[in-house]
Amino acid sequence: MPDSTSQNVMKTKESSTINIWSPLMRLGLLIATDVAAVWFLNRLVSLGYLPLATVIIIITIFVNVVLLRQKAYPIRWMVVGLVLMALFTIYPIFFTVWVSFTNYGEGHLITQEQAVEQILKEKYLPEAGKAYTWTAFKSPQGDYALWLKDAEGNGYLAKKGESLTQPQSGEAGIGELDEKGIPKTIEGYKRLNAIVAATDQNLTEILFGETGTTIQVRSPKEAAELLPKYIYDPDQDAMIDQEKGTLYRNLRGTFTSETGQVLRPGFVETIQFANFKEFFISPALRGPLVRIITWNFAFAFLSLLLNFSLGLVIAIMFNDAHFPFKKLIRSLLIIPYTVPALLTILIWRGMLNPELGVIDRTLESLFGWAPPWFTDQWWAKIAILLINLWLSYPYFMLVCSGALQSIPEDYYAAAQVDGANAWQQFRRITLPLLLVAVGPLLMASFVFNFNNFNLIYIFNAGGPPIASTPTPAGHTDILISYVYNLAFSASRGVDYGFAAAITIVIFFIVGTLTILQFRYTRMWEEVSENV
Amino acid sequence: MSNPSSFQKLRASASLQHRLSVGLRLLIAVFLIIFSIFPILWVISASFNPTGSLATQTLIPKNPGLDNYRTLLTSGEFPFWTWFGNSLKIALITDVLSLSITTIAAYAFSRFRFRGRQTMLKAILLIQVFPALLALVATFLMISQIGDVFPAFGLNTHASLILVYLGGAMGINIWLMKGFLDTIPRDIDESAMVEGATDWQIFTQLILPLLRPILVVIAILNYVGTYSEFILARVLLKGSEQYTLMVGLQVFAGAQFNQRWGVFAAGVLIGALPIMIIYLILQDKIVGGLTQGAVKG
Repeated sequence: MPDSTSQNVMKTKESSTINIWSPLMRLGLLIATDVAAVWFLNRLVSLGYLPLATVIIIITIFVNVVLLRQKAYPIRWMVVGLVLMALFTIYPIFFTVWVSFTNYGEGHLITQEQAVEQILKEKYLPEAGKAYTWTAFKSPQGDYALWLKDAEGNGYLAKKGESLTQPQSGEAGIGELDEKGIPKTIEGYKRLNAIVAATDQNLTEILFGETGTTIQVRSPKEAAELLPKYIYDPDQDAMIDQEKGTLYRNLRGTFTSETGQVLRPGFVETIQFANFKEFFISPALRGPLVRIITWNFAFAFLSLLLNFSLGLVIAIMFNDAHFPFKKLIRSLLIIPYTVPALLTILIWRGMLNPELGVIDRTLESLFGWAPPWFTDQWWAKIAILLINLWLSYPYFMLVCSGALQSIPEDYYAAAQVDGANAWQQFRRITLPLLLVAVGPLLMASFVFNFNNFNLIYIFNAGGPPIASTPTPAGHTDILISYVYNLAFSASRGVDYGFAAAITIVIFFIVGTLTILQFRYTRMWEEVSENV
Repeated sequence: MSNPSSFQKLRASASLQHRLSVGLRLLIAVFLIIFSIFPILWVISASFNPTGSLATQTLIPKNPGLDNYRTLLTSGEFPFWTWFGNSLKIALITDVLSLSITTIAAYAFSRFRFRGRQTMLKAILLIQVFPALLALVATFLMISQIGDVFPAFGLNTHASLILVYLGGAMGINIWLMKGFLDTIPRDIDESAMVEGATDWQIFTQLILPLLRPILVVIAILNYVGTYSEFILARVLLKGSEQYTLMVGLQVFAGAQFNQRWGVFAAGVLIGALPIMIIYLILQDKIVGGLTQGAVKG
């Protein structure tokens, strides 16, 4: 309604728009943002985090445009929120999609470039390779030099990136030799004693001598001319073992030989639809997954039905302005709603504890038997529905009593004149009108319960476990708690890729439900009118 | 029906029926109330039970005492105060920042007309459809990548958790706030503009004071929401010293639930009481908000 007038106001206003920030401040902010972004990007790219780098570029450009263009003035008011939303809400959705097409997971955490680099660092001592005893020297700048002695007793001086020399005492800054033939001093360097040298972490990393014939410290006694054990062949996308000649081909992000030997570490690689294929057709997974999905829907639906019904019944029962103690009753009934759900789920877990918990002890003493809430799948499911009922009915009670009050009294008066009984009034007037009012909330509640991770995870972590499944799964697991197990419980090695693929499937289910919700409630049209 | 005595009888029976029905409903109410508050009473009792284990607890503890509270707060077995403090701090920072972000943005949505405004508002609503929980794996991986560059915003930092919470700030609250702002007459703005006030001055000096009532409600609901959040905190925070209260209590419950039930109960009560009190004091406002949402759709 205010829109038509406001539009006119805006037209006169646009010309007199005044900046919230002075131009100078904006410029400073812009420069600071850009410098930080460039530095951040540089680091991200060098670490191989390209998806994140891409989104940082997009966000930086967006911020620049918004701060520089006069027309984007209104956006400046919300730029912080938009940037945070883009980075922490929208980007994770896209990133989930990307991860779902990869083998991201244990053993596949770094880029191929980084994995190759690590594997190439591995060295071996060829049979013809020469071994030396060594003594280390260190310059004040932190450069190292090695004095090497071969089996024949010849002394050599080795520096990083320079070819070996065989200087005599007095030449090239070499001082007097001691009884073992090692120079006591070298000009510009300080001799390290054997213990200091042996514990120096840097020393083993340095390649002395010229590229191609490098010498490396191998042990406290020995330095040797080592060669890289593997060579990477980009044409075949394979590693070749220089010692034995074995070929390790890139197989789904791991260099694997024909006999199945693998080189660690593996790397992240796109594996197309493999994760989704596994989800839909792997026979080993199908058993638990069908169960999980069935229970997931049953749980969401039954929860909604039970919670809403109880809430509605209570709301109708006390929908009477003159009911005694109305306020007090309501205050007491909404108590479950006021305690953080996580805490009450834990309390219920304690109360339902077999043998020790109050409920089981009471039942035991009354009937000599108590349900095995945690070990039997059906009782576990009943317990979960019960706890959820306790947690959620106050919400529906509040919502329904609000909605009931919005139904005009005249309808009931008219129905009474027509001779409708109480049930008919409920069936024909109350329920339809109520459903229109709370329909969107029911749908939202269904989606919420469909992904009610806290309840499932905290009560029993999805247990009891389903026997002999390839991935850990329990009888009360829902999709999202199954995803959590796949991604974060490291018992069998985490698999982010597969977890992300399941997440995408959940996205689709939730998305479909939302479209239905919009259709059914015409909420979208209403929204469109309101904006 | 013209016979007065039969009419009176009918009225009497109707009133009897009414009284019976009220009585029956009161009885049902009592049952429901027991169902609702029993777990809470049970925890309160457990927290005062000196034996402290799950198996030996009775509803009215023998020799009630404060032993569990003493153990909880002073024994240093687990850092309860640190967790509590972490939760209060994270919820407060998130609340202040997210309210600032949403209020300022909602003001722009309400008062300015610009291209893409409607699309943006709808998009914000649509994005909310996908619960943050679903992108959990991606969020975790992303934070660990950011941490490789800025350890201060990486895994196991409160900053990362707050940022992730703020990423969801521009959600339904924008709509709430914008709806409220739309009801504030524009005459106020216009007269101020005639006097030469800038948008920012109008916002901070005229509009913001008018928003105070709704700001208080949203702030409290936000605070409670962040305070109670579990899963993101569980995934992003790794060290015991960094835990929020919810994560800490969950981990504690996993480790030594049965033996330390009394101490756990004391922790739950201290953690839950502030929230319960807020809810019960504000219940009319909260109920109003809920039902308004319900009726408006």
